[in-house]
Amino acid sequence: MHNFDFAKPATIADAVAALQGDEAQPLGGGQTLIPTMKQRLAAPEVLVSLTHIPDMQGVCTNDAGQLCIGGATTHATVAREAASSFPGLAHLAAHIGDPAVRNRGTIGGSLANNDPSACYPAAALGTGATICTNLREITADDYFQGMFDTALDEGEIITEVRLPIPQAAHYEKFVQPASRFALTGVFVAKYQDHVRVAVTGASENGVFRWADAEAALSQSFASDAVADLSVDPDHMIHDLHASKEYRANLVKVGTMRSVKKAK
Amino acid sequence: MPKDGGIGASTKRREDLRFLTGKGRYTDDINLHGQAYAYFLRSDIAHGTINSIDTSGAEAMPGVVRVFTASDFEGVGGIPCGWQITDRHGEVMQEPKHPVLAEGKVRHVGDPIAVVVAESLDQARDAAEAIDVDITELEPVLDMKAAVADGAPKVHDDLTSNLCYDWGFVEENRDAVDQAIKNAHHVTTLELTNNRLVANPMEPRVAVGDYSLATDEHTLYTTSQNPHVIRLLMGAFVLGIPEHKLRVVAPDVGGGFGTKIFHYAEEAFCTFAAKQLRRPVKWTCSRSEAFISDAHGRDHVTKIELAMDKDGMFLALRTDTYANMGAYLSTFAPSVPTWLHGTLMAGNYKTPLIYVNVKAVFTNTVPVDAYRGAGRPEATFQLERVVDKAAREMGIDPVELRRRNFITEFPYATPVAVEYDTGDYHATMDKLLDISNHAGFAARAADSKARGKLRGFGIAHYIEACGIAPSNLVGQLGARAGLYESATVRVNATGSISVMTGSHSHGQGHETSFAQVVSDMIGIDADQIDIVHGDTANTPMGMGTYGSRSLAVGGSAIVKATEKIISKARKIAAHLLEAAEADIELKDGAFTVAGTDKSVAWGDVTLAAYVPHNYPLEEIEPGLEETAFYDPANFTYPSGAYGCEVEVDPDTGKVDVVAFSAADDFGNIVNPMIVEGQVQGGLAQGIGQALLENCAYDENGQLLSGSYMDYTMPRADDVPMFKVDHSCITPCTHNPLGVKGCGEAGAIGSPPAVVNAVIDALQRAGHDVTHIDMPLSPDRVWAAMNR
Ligand SMILES: Cc1cc2nc3c(=O)[nH]c(=O)nc-3n(C[C@H](O)[C@H](O)[C@H](O)COP(=O)(O)OP(=O)(O)OC[C@H]3O[C@@H](n4cnc5c(N)ncnc54)[C@H](O)[C@@H]3O)c2cc1C
Repeated sequence: MHNFDFAKPATIADAVAALQGDEAQPLGGGQTLIPTMKQRLAAPEVLVSLTHIPDMQGVCTNDAGQLCIGGATTHATVAREAASSFPGLAHLAAHIGDPAVRNRGTIGGSLANNDPSACYPAAALGTGATICTNLREITADDYFQGMFDTALDEGEIITEVRLPIPQAAHYEKFVQPASRFALTGVFVAKYQDHVRVAVTGASENGVFRWADAEAALSQSFASDAVADLSVDPDHMIHDLHASKEYRANLVKVGTMRSVKKAK
Repeated sequence: MPKDGGIGASTKRREDLRFLTGKGRYTDDINLHGQAYAYFLRSDIAHGTINSIDTSGAEAMPGVVRVFTASDFEGVGGIPCGWQITDRHGEVMQEPKHPVLAEGKVRHVGDPIAVVVAESLDQARDAAEAIDVDITELEPVLDMKAAVADGAPKVHDDLTSNLCYDWGFVEENRDAVDQAIKNAHHVTTLELTNNRLVANPMEPRVAVGDYSLATDEHTLYTTSQNPHVIRLLMGAFVLGIPEHKLRVVAPDVGGGFGTKIFHYAEEAFCTFAAKQLRRPVKWTCSRSEAFISDAHGRDHVTKIELAMDKDGMFLALRTDTYANMGAYLSTFAPSVPTWLHGTLMAGNYKTPLIYVNVKAVFTNTVPVDAYRGAGRPEATFQLERVVDKAAREMGIDPVELRRRNFITEFPYATPVAVEYDTGDYHATMDKLLDISNHAGFAARAADSKARGKLRGFGIAHYIEACGIAPSNLVGQLGARAGLYESATVRVNATGSISVMTGSHSHGQGHETSFAQVVSDMIGIDADQIDIVHGDTANTPMGMGTYGSRSLAVGGSAIVKATEKIISKARKIAAHLLEAAEADIELKDGAFTVAGTDKSVAWGDVTLAAYVPHNYPLEEIEPGLEETAFYDPANFTYPSGAYGCEVEVDPDTGKVDVVAFSAADDFGNIVNPMIVEGQVQGGLAQGIGQALLENCAYDENGQLLSGSYMDYTMPRADDVPMFKVDHSCITPCTHNPLGVKGCGEAGAIGSPPAVVNAVIDALQRAGHDVTHIDMPLSPDRVWAAMNR
């Protein structure tokens, strides 16, 4: 790791100011960024820690029926605090990495990084969440722009994530055996008048919505509704751990299981 | 009744107190005054010609002491290979030079090109980034069969081809085997790979070199399973340092699994550089670096054919293997696919005719050498897989087919040059069927089915050759070393004992079990006995720990030395008791005149030896210290029956090992708890190989699984609660303890049991799947079901 300076602002405004420098970068839980720096693949000159900003911490519900999560809230906190209001999300958060990762890693860091096999992107897209930054509000449909690519601008920070609370939801995760990230993960959320299905880990284009399944499940929220559907393996990821066809299969199996387990 | 001490007692491991409280002293805990840090610049290209290395930028960087390249090692030997194979045609193997630092060419990702020694590790690493290496990439040699085809690019330009050797065993059987296979009622054929593995000991390798100008003595602290072997190889063949000026110390070693047997370039480098720089030089391997610099294991591609008569009696066996050597010959690499593999192809069966062909091939990959089991897992896997496939093709129950062909009379001379001294394979099979509740399988399968899962049961019966090895025999087979073991038993004046052994624990608990043996023989408390190992300065020349040899060979040396001690002590006791030596009995730490109550305590005898006032000085010398070297008369042959039960998820192909039972015959047992731990660890590794671990290269020779993000180590939730039994005992007939060795068994017997179980589950569900290559990852199993 190369040497760097460390800033620990207490307000969003101070954080934004500290990020104006050329080689400054926000630091969430450091679960992605620090290993990258240790491998010398990243060498920011200033790290601006976001985890000491009270306005970016915590979980609450608002009048619009949304779960609002501070951008620097850890996975462990979400797992605990969303357990009764949004159990599907709490389950997702509780199955990210190991306890050390969950006690440090943050929702903002996960969404900013947009790893193609990360879990939170499936929940954000699967609920149609709003990603709030220091500058604007971005809908999930506009936010995710491909592997490791998002609508965020340089120096822009995620301050809050608002997820519409569904009637029932579940995230089915098939783990990549070594990293235990999502080899494929499917988030299904049932709302009053529609269903959303978002898939992570599978596509070369990052997290995506499975439109056919959404349509079928909006008609009938039962796993059989997707039994005759399939996703095209063409743009699925192929790597050491799984073929395109296998991932396409998991998309379907994961969707069916999520529907069965949704609560 | 369980014993509370001595041989047979589950004595708690004394070393665990320091290991579990963070008080172990590992090589990386050694920091010498004034030490500098070495950082190895390694090739990120699999195969290329080095045009130039410009170190001037690096040399100007802060903290840099010196930058080394191959040109600094011109007067130094290459890293030697400890075994020479003679091929089918009577020619010796092709043996390329293995330079300490790459000369002219890089041959695998990880090949060291240069070393920066600096005041700190960060400075060394910064400077290494400033070294300018100009390399012309060459086509990498990766696929073994393509590597030996005409016109293939060569890993070593000065060799005639990429073929290290073409070994035939037993060559005289070749035609007879071909004939028997041609004429047989049925032949079962199986093509398979034995997946390449990375050993991944918990403690990465470390080397600290030191040199004293005052005494002209070199000291190397290193993570080694065998410090004397390193001293001999490095001193005699690489650096030209005589033994009395070279001390090798391996303190606590945090796991090895074979990969810490070998002599590595980093050890030679640190020893060499310490003298050049007149200051200690330390290298600590990072985990990422371990993936591309520790010798890998396995990596065989095999075709096996088993010929049977109409009753399923085995008539002949033929196997053809391509064995990957990687880019250079690691210390014992040539022996693994040959003598540690071919000699085990009879397994537990009376197959009269066997022929084994092995082509060892150089490729642009990390060198491959012994890894837990070394050759024997490869033999067992192919044999137990083909036997299972044969049972299905013949319509004979897999247990029954094995039983029909079991060897039942001992000693048994196999057609592949070894003689099994004892064993009872029906007994271990019976025990397995019992402890695994084989009879209740159908009910469990029905329960799985009700939950939408496919259940299968897989069996494997293994044999291995351990207690490595009779020196004269291995000498004939090409070993450039003897494989005896040594012990010095030093009894102190007040009766406490230090046992200096050439074996070296890297997690096996020698300090506990070796002390149990001596305690049992003399009848004093084990806490009066210390085991000293891991330092060439205070242990007799010994060959170290691998091949499940430490108790069988090292323990036997301790027994022999202790017998000499007892014999001398008895003479002293006879003198003190004024009785005839023949009448003296040793029991519970006291010498007694038989049939009387006259006795003298152990401590009084030992004191007399060192304060010889009343002592038979004209007959025996004072003091009480004896050394023994033990060279085994034969290998030992542990065997056992393993049963694996799996559930397969038909939607995802995910395999869960729901039960695993192991019934082993290890001969006599010194510490049942330690044995159980060894078996459990081996089973976890075997399940890891069967389901999870996959060291894979891409078409450019880049390691795809170069970190724990992609290389899947087995974790606690990947393995079931094991049922481990070692109550079937046929003692080894030729070592004094009657022990056989238990360190590798778990890793040898389990992979075929797991794969057989998965195939069983799929076939019961109507899938026409006869084989899946390891690791049986969910996508591979799913693909096999959906072909
Ligand atoms: C062993 C291990 C296992 C893991 N397993 C999983 C898993 O199963 N599923 C999963 O989804 N993830 C997994 N992760 C990743 C983990 O969830 C991380 O928490 C996450 O990827 C990054 O979050 P972080 O807070 O640590 O971000 P950091 O590492 O601090 O930062 C990551 C990136 O985001 C930027 N950033 C951080 N916070 C913000 C913000 N508020 N606004 C804008 N940019 C920001 C940083 O500048 C950096 O570029 C695992 C990680 C590890 C180490």
